[in-house]
Amino acid sequence: MKTSFTKFIAKFFRNLFGKRGTIRLGVYGPVNAGKTTLANKICKDWIGEELGTVSKIPHETREIQMKEKVKMKLDSKELDFNIIDTPGIATKVDYEDFLKYKMSEKEAKQRAKEATKGVIEAIKWLENVDAVLVVLDATENPYNQVNITIVGNLAARNIPVLIVGNKMDLKKAKIKRIQDAFPQYPVIGISAETGKNMKDFYEELFGLVK
Amino acid sequence: MLTLQFVPYSEINHLTSIGRIRKLLNLAKENKIVLLEGRLEKDEETELIKTTMEEINRDFKGIELAVVNTSSGDDPFSKLKSSFVSALLGNKQGFTIIGPAKVIKNIKRDPNKLQILMKDANSKNFKKRR
Repeated sequence: MKTSFTKFIAKFFRNLFGKRGTIRLGVYGPVNAGKTTLANKICKDWIGEELGTVSKIPHETREIQMKEKVKMKLDSKELDFNIIDTPGIATKVDYEDFLKYKMSEKEAKQRAKEATKGVIEAIKWLENVDAVLVVLDATENPYNQVNITIVGNLAARNIPVLIVGNKMDLKKAKIKRIQDAFPQYPVIGISAETGKNMKDFYEELFGLVK
Repeated sequence: MLTLQFVPYSEINHLTSIGRIRKLLNLAKENKIVLLEGRLEKDEETELIKTTMEEINRDFKGIELAVVNTSSGDDPFSKLKSSFVSALLGNKQGFTIIGPAKVIKNIKRDPNKLQILMKDANSKNFKKRR
């Protein structure tokens, strides 16, 4: 595990020479918030290809997916990112929940098994990120313990966090609720699917990792 | 019958992180709803989720979790006061609810209220799982 001291030294030298290496950007959040849709949108915007598949069925992303060397440019500043898309974090997984999506019992059990492994992997990867986008569904209540635990854990590790309220194209979306729930963090409302507000999102992201 | 078990902070204070998680998770696996005085450390909360995932099987589907912080505010003075109290007494402020997912359907919360939605004990689904 990287200690705070090692991180401080690494940051000090980066600042001294005015250049940063590749930033490992984790995309975290609860299930079905649109993490992969956002990771895809970022990759499509900057390298023209997508990262993973998206689905309305929960736990579609069950393994860590990474796109390396995603070079982004804003004004005169250029940054290299490794985009790390993680499985949605949950406190429970029940195979019976997948049966309503017309899966066989065998398929549902397999998906549930992979989903639990995915959550474990996502949590382990918290050790390997430099900055995190916590993606929340802006149509849902943000006072969900998974959201609070992820953000609290990252804050305790001094990892910069940008909270992204996704699905702002939907009528029920309320960014104010997220801002009220996490007043000490930067919050940006976007729609990864339609591309709404992505320019502001990139500005916030560059501000986060500067 | 539903059991709500109160766990005073003194019962977990002397335990290691793994010991704390084990104790709380074991109670939830016995189908008890745990009301813990105070809260776990941030990394322990994450570890609790990870350990829960490792132990999911046919009978245990996971947990519902809610941490209610009763500290007064987010301003620097309140934070300092809260850190000072925590350093002296441990994370005794607020409370934590942990329950098995097969008993608790959902915990809904907003800044002013907390609603625990229970699974219907008479439902076919619930009976089958028990």
